[in-house]
Amino acid sequence: MLARLREGDEAAFVTLVGRYQQPMLRLARSFAPSQAVAEEAVQDTWLGLVRGIERFEGRSSFKTWLFAILVNRARSAGAREPATASMESLHTVDPTRFDAQGQWADPVNGWTDQSEDRLDAATWAPILRSALDDLPPRQRRVVLLRDVEGLSHDEACAVLGITAGNQRVLLHRGRAQLRAILDAKLGRG
Amino acid sequence: MTVLSLRRREIVCQQAVELVTDYLEGALSRGDRRRFERHLRACPNCTAYLAQIRTTIALTGAIETDDLSPEARQDLSALYRRWRAEK
Repeated sequence: MLARLREGDEAAFVTLVGRYQQPMLRLARSFAPSQAVAEEAVQDTWLGLVRGIERFEGRSSFKTWLFAILVNRARSAGAREPATASMESLHTVDPTRFDAQGQWADPVNGWTDQSEDRLDAATWAPILRSALDDLPPRQRRVVLLRDVEGLSHDEACAVLGITAGNQRVLLHRGRAQLRAILDAKLGRG
Repeated sequence: MTVLSLRRREIVCQQAVELVTDYLEGALSRGDRRRFERHLRACPNCTAYLAQIRTTIALTGAIETDDLSPEARQDLSALYRRWRAEK
């Protein structure tokens, strides 16, 4: 694929666009103040790819390289964000679910054992997509890179320029939030 | 929650749920991992919670990207040709 791109193969480019345009837009949107700015950052990234493909040395995975360019572009296009996290709750599970001793007040629903068609990925994709879009931007980025795009811990840290500890905290909160949404729909139904 | 507060005592459910990600990431110290796993063995609720997190991760990984419209694809192809021509 890379060799074809270097030779200027348009079909190879179109394949990449089909694969990465939407994930890149979603990631860019977490930095950019508007959809238009996000689209511009993504387009800049494609241009950067076309111009810079000779410089890609394969020291990181191609995907990591592409996302890193995007984050760079999106960050400079986006509004400055505060360097530290806003005060978010320390609890990722509603504290009222626990009793005074810190034990679950009611049994945790075992919806993971439900039939395969209730847990069908295609059914939950639109719900999870919109839940993901509702996450605070910093959590959204980490969940996108790790759980949607399948980047490793180290790759995600490199792309976003955050520390390992910070990344785990953001991933923890993001996943817990998505779980809570599934739980509300699957567990109580 | 600090690691210190976990030392030498068993963890309760409300603490366990906050360790789930560090556990899955392999970021817990050996002592904390042992305490966490001991808690899981004794606690069906936290075991169910961990299973929910795992299912959440799996379902999130299966979010299919929305299809790109043919127009968007054509626009980018046209841009590509222009960029190549400018190179």
